[in-house]
Amino acid sequence: MLSRTADHLYWMARYTERAENLARMLDVHNRMTLLTRDSSLIGQDWEGILTINQLERDFQQRYSHVTREHVIHFMAFDAENPSSIHSCLRLARENAHAVRGTLTSELWETMNATWLKMRDMPLESMERDLGAFFEWVKFRSHLSRGVSVGTMLQDEAFHFVRLGTFLERSDNTARLLDVKYRLLLGAHTAEEAPSDYYQWGGLLRSLSAFEIYRKVYRDLITPRRVAELLLLRVDMPRSLLYCAQEVLANLEQIANRHSAETLRRAGELFAGLRYSRIDTVFERGFHEFLDRFLVTINDIGSRISEDFLLPVAA
Amino acid sequence: MIAADYYNEMSASEAVVRPHYQPYAEWFKNVSADWLGQKRNEADLLFHRLGITFAVYGEGGGKERLIPFDVIPRNIPHREWSILEAGLRQRVQALNLFLQDIYHDQHILKAGLIPSAAVLKNTQYRPEMIGVDVPGQIYSHIAGIDIIRAGDGEFYVLEDNLRVPSGVSYMLENRRMMMRLFPDLFARYKVAPVEHYPDMLLDNLRSVAPAGMLDPTVVVLTPGVFNSAYFEHSFLAQQMGVELVEGRDLLVKDAFVYMRTTQGPRRVDVIYRRVDDDFLDPEAFRPDSMLGVPGLLSAYKAGHVTLCNAIGTGVADDKSIYPYVPQMIQFYLSEAPILHNVSTFMLRQKTDYDYVMAHLPELVVKEVHGSGGYGMLVGPAASQAELEAFRLRIAANPDHYIAQPTLALSACPTFVEAGIAPRHIDLRPFVLSGREIKMVPGGLTRVALQEGSLVVNSSQGGGTKDTWVLEN
Repeated sequence: MLSRTADHLYWMARYTERAENLARMLDVHNRMTLLTRDSSLIGQDWEGILTINQLERDFQQRYSHVTREHVIHFMAFDAENPSSIHSCLRLARENAHAVRGTLTSELWETMNATWLKMRDMPLESMERDLGAFFEWVKFRSHLSRGVSVGTMLQDEAFHFVRLGTFLERSDNTARLLDVKYRLLLGAHTAEEAPSDYYQWGGLLRSLSAFEIYRKVYRDLITPRRVAELLLLRVDMPRSLLYCAQEVLANLEQIANRHSAETLRRAGELFAGLRYSRIDTVFERGFHEFLDRFLVTINDIGSRISEDFLLPVAA
Repeated sequence: MIAADYYNEMSASEAVVRPHYQPYAEWFKNVSADWLGQKRNEADLLFHRLGITFAVYGEGGGKERLIPFDVIPRNIPHREWSILEAGLRQRVQALNLFLQDIYHDQHILKAGLIPSAAVLKNTQYRPEMIGVDVPGQIYSHIAGIDIIRAGDGEFYVLEDNLRVPSGVSYMLENRRMMMRLFPDLFARYKVAPVEHYPDMLLDNLRSVAPAGMLDPTVVVLTPGVFNSAYFEHSFLAQQMGVELVEGRDLLVKDAFVYMRTTQGPRRVDVIYRRVDDDFLDPEAFRPDSMLGVPGLLSAYKAGHVTLCNAIGTGVADDKSIYPYVPQMIQFYLSEAPILHNVSTFMLRQKTDYDYVMAHLPELVVKEVHGSGGYGMLVGPAASQAELEAFRLRIAANPDHYIAQPTLALSACPTFVEAGIAPRHIDLRPFVLSGREIKMVPGGLTRVALQEGSLVVNSSQGGGTKDTWVLEN
């Protein structure tokens, strides 16, 4: 298929997934704010949201100071912030529009309808009921993913869509875990950290993992088990291991004569996670582990662009 | 202000419905205007949801517009279509022979039938094409010929579109919509199918691939999502199952054309291009074009890729050449033209100029290079001030204009705000030329929705109808 077509499909999926994860992140943070009794701490850390998305500078240029309202507006509704939910849904739709002939009509209509609704919803009503708005974003992402799985021919186009989805999800999950663990653990180790049911429960919920946790562990929520579930469980659809597995599987399907090294690195990432133990991860440093993971994922992302998506010479 | 002497497609007189509209009239007796209104709204909703839109796609996606769709079909009896089809074949064949001739031996110029300057000095004449042999000697592989029916009931050719004619996607979508809205009507009529057009188009494109290509790769070249006809480009590529490419997806190496794919460069043999000549190759034509492919002309001239339509077809559909088409038919085919031209005054000729200036309020004046209904004067509808302004423009540049009598375009019942009323229509059939000349029965019927208006162009507020060629 055309490189440009693959590029549009890949980014359509990435922006859709990014919008969903932004909604998840803002939703959990907003809820945690409401839960926190200690006002000086956790709940006030709206700056952290900007940091994980590397948007502090963009934010400062347009807003006087960091407040809950400002950050939510900036990250969810600000059309001038290219990383807001609003912009992600627009970009997802623009990428879809550029390849509408390649999409199934169901998928195109879904992408188009999501954007039209986002564009036309009045800001006041979205801000009045943030929870409902974030739910809507998540639901539309579920819908477009479901429509693509349920209607697309499982050819190269499909694999690029899936690749975009899982690369983006693994990146977003890793960033979210990094910032949350730093906040929730503070100076404590995973062993001695106070087990705050509401905070850890909120993190699990934000990744649709609360019920899964219950099913898998049938025990108290501890930071160590939460990390194990979200990093190393191969049957947990938002875990890093699961995402790495999907990235590898889809890369194998689209391999070309340039992509052997990219495939090897994806395989290495997968194998590393597959045979890791959570104790070792904490011993060697949780933050360092996630940092390395993010570097690898970014590397694979740029290699995919070079191998498949960028204009190549004859 | 509907002209009194127009031809009514449906009724011969107040009391007499023409035979080919009788089943419709029967059916229509049991239909309420409310219900018809509901059906129209349903159609609008569906067209919107599917994104079947025209005009500019602006930032934020706000500027996509629907072409108004009318729910009453335009019927053409089989015997009338047979005449049209024969006439269209003949005309397009002659036009292709003309193009082959003027880029090679120029017999027609040597014979003195057309002034050499009118062709060779024409801005649409491409000297780059002189001596270039194109597969099958076909230049206009896809032609859209605009047909009108005058007060006498006779069909006339108003205009030939030999460059990148558009509208065929609406022909196909209108049919799909009518079958969805009024399935019972199709039980009363045997309507000739048009749905196989994309297959026919693909076959036509493959038939003109460079010699020796057994399994040629065809692509559709679009200027991109911001082009007003992007929907059609995307639709046709999808229906044919070929790639929709932009200029930046293609590259030329050693005079061969490739597209950039995820598996590396892949040869392209036939390009159905919906990009104008000027923008095709920045090395050969406009250097500022971002839409084209550097080196494309060299690959084309080497015979390694076929462009559909060929470069340089515009000289044959120019309004200054139009008056000579009947002579072309005589000259190349030794046949009498089946379809007539509308009589045309050429303002660079003194006698025509004097006549037109004296009769401006009765005439339609068009720019030679204009299209889409822009730069046009409809004398009877123009104000005194507009007439005077146009008179000055003509006097300054007589070469740039032609004039024609104001024709009473035929009218067809149309569902408008005021109810069912006659509105003027034309017809654009699409003629495919390759190994042979083919077309699907019918075409795109355009309708001027304003009462009395004779301008059917979608850019000027025109709408469309489904066109039914009735089988015996």
